[in-house]
Amino acid sequence: MIENEKELIEAIAEMREEEAFALAKGMLDRGEDPVRVLELCREAMDIVGKRFEKQEYFLPELVLAGEMLENIGAIAKPLIQEKSGGASNKLGRVLIGTVHGDLHDIGKNIVTFMLDINGFEVKDIGIDVPVAKFVEEIQDFKPAVVGLSGFLTLAFDSMKETVQAIEAAGLRDQMKIMIGGGQVDEAVRTYTGADAYGINAVAAVTLCREWIAA
Amino acid sequence: MPASSGAIAYSERMKRVMDAVQLRQPDRVPVAFFSMFWLARYGGISYREAMYDYARLSEIARRALLELQPDMYALPHLLTAVGPAMETLGYKQLEWPGHGTAQDVSYQYVDREYMKAEEFDEYLLDPTGFYLHTYLPRIGAAFEGMEKLPMFPGLYYLRLVIASRQFAFPEVQRALDHLRQAGDEAMRLVEHADRFADEMAELGFPLTNGATAPAPFDFFADYFRGSKGIMLDMYRRKDKLLAAIERAAIFITRQAIKTCKASSSKIVFIPLHWAFDGFMSLAQFKQFFWPSLRKLIFDLIDAGLVPMPLWEGDCTSRLETIADIPSGKAIYWIERTDLIRAKEVLGNVVCLRGNVPASMLTTGTPDEVDAFCRRLIETVGKGGGLILDCGIGIPDESKPANVRAMFESARKYTP
Repeated sequence: MIENEKELIEAIAEMREEEAFALAKGMLDRGEDPVRVLELCREAMDIVGKRFEKQEYFLPELVLAGEMLENIGAIAKPLIQEKSGGASNKLGRVLIGTVHGDLHDIGKNIVTFMLDINGFEVKDIGIDVPVAKFVEEIQDFKPAVVGLSGFLTLAFDSMKETVQAIEAAGLRDQMKIMIGGGQVDEAVRTYTGADAYGINAVAAVTLCREWIAA
Repeated sequence: MPASSGAIAYSERMKRVMDAVQLRQPDRVPVAFFSMFWLARYGGISYREAMYDYARLSEIARRALLELQPDMYALPHLLTAVGPAMETLGYKQLEWPGHGTAQDVSYQYVDREYMKAEEFDEYLLDPTGFYLHTYLPRIGAAFEGMEKLPMFPGLYYLRLVIASRQFAFPEVQRALDHLRQAGDEAMRLVEHADRFADEMAELGFPLTNGATAPAPFDFFADYFRGSKGIMLDMYRRKDKLLAAIERAAIFITRQAIKTCKASSSKIVFIPLHWAFDGFMSLAQFKQFFWPSLRKLIFDLIDAGLVPMPLWEGDCTSRLETIADIPSGKAIYWIERTDLIRAKEVLGNVVCLRGNVPASMLTTGTPDEVDAFCRRLIETVGKGGGLILDCGIGIPDESKPANVRAMFESARKYTP
């Protein structure tokens, strides 16, 4: 790996935003392969993700890293020539949404982001998602894991109703269901009929790895 | 003339709570009542009605307090019956039943950037001017037009006399008109709340708090920059963020002291949203969150008040840091942090309030609640310094039998 490639990875991983952008822009201006630049970003995100798992990094670092990725992506992607196909090498599909009645999205967004940088193909269907929409999206997307997010205590019932509807549609045995957010714990997991609950985004990644690798 | 039974009950309850605060063993562990929308369920009305019908809410709250007999309670009107006041103000920072959520779904905060990153300088230069010209028109329709007001700090002598013409601008007049109506509605709400508080005081029930204040970091995170904005600010404009937090803290403190001094309760409730372990590192907590909150706590104590931060989420990694306050002067309301662990670190410093899990109140049984409370009372209650409550008050969906079990446990078990 050449020197400025290492520098770019390090700048992103160390949260030096301006330097990271300047390095990426410099590489692109010099005509280096934009695909390579994005690969380096992804390598840096791996480091960020690992530090998050080790609790060296927290949410501000994930958000800033996401911004860096987006800003570099915005100048790199237009330079990538159309390629045919582009086979997906994603680990597996995860569908995620905040259950009906609940408008909170931060936790869900962080989980989506973490799953994405860990190689899962994630479809985020938003907040306040009606039970029927979950079922429809599941039929359409065929995920291996469904994540139900909710911050408020009202979400306990919404999660339960969503799990029941998935069951009623005959889809339950095709997937694992994880819940998370706010005051969710083991008692809530039992109540809702989900397979597992996670206390943070790292837990969500761990669960998906276990389930999808298995 | 002998004191009324209500007056005796009132002073007994106050003593019980203050004994707990001062880390003395009270006659029994006090138990607190805090509800957002649980009262609607309890009383069989919709959330929408709870937000709009002051008299109905009073009647249901009275019934609940008389049944549960808490040692202190949060005035439900100011937490719940804010519908008409918000509607008249054209308030934009919440969605509520009939205004973005369904009839039986609680109000929820709209997490947006209400102050742009480049506006920190404006805020730092003149917070009041920023409110009048920019912030208020953004968060409430009734304020629209206020941006036409003059920049007061630049006015003097006859220029000030002439500039008063701006009060005749149609936009400003419209705003003043709307604001008078909004003021009238808020006044009606507060009068209902005050009447209820007086009546309940006569029946022997003290309030949990006389004022509410935000942590200065949360103030900027929630109500100005939004969750994404604040996280980027921590890296992109750290110095400005810290300066703005310091500036805002002055006003937050003054306002809290003034409000609380006018109340019968000397407790200041400080709900904390972004202090928990999973959000920022301990080093960031010590830099961004704790110094201004610690100063607020100290200033309130110096003013003779009792600060009561609610540590939302799991704050285990913060315990040693937040132990640095004067002993026996405050209440830490604890949501998810293990209370037994918190007692080990904070037991000689601060009274703990909490923390029956929300999941137990909503999905558990009265026996489970009873056993959980008994354990808290017998361990954390030892030597004083415990106020029994749920993690963040009574969850909206709690089964009444579970709530009863919690209140009864405080009278059943002794440390």
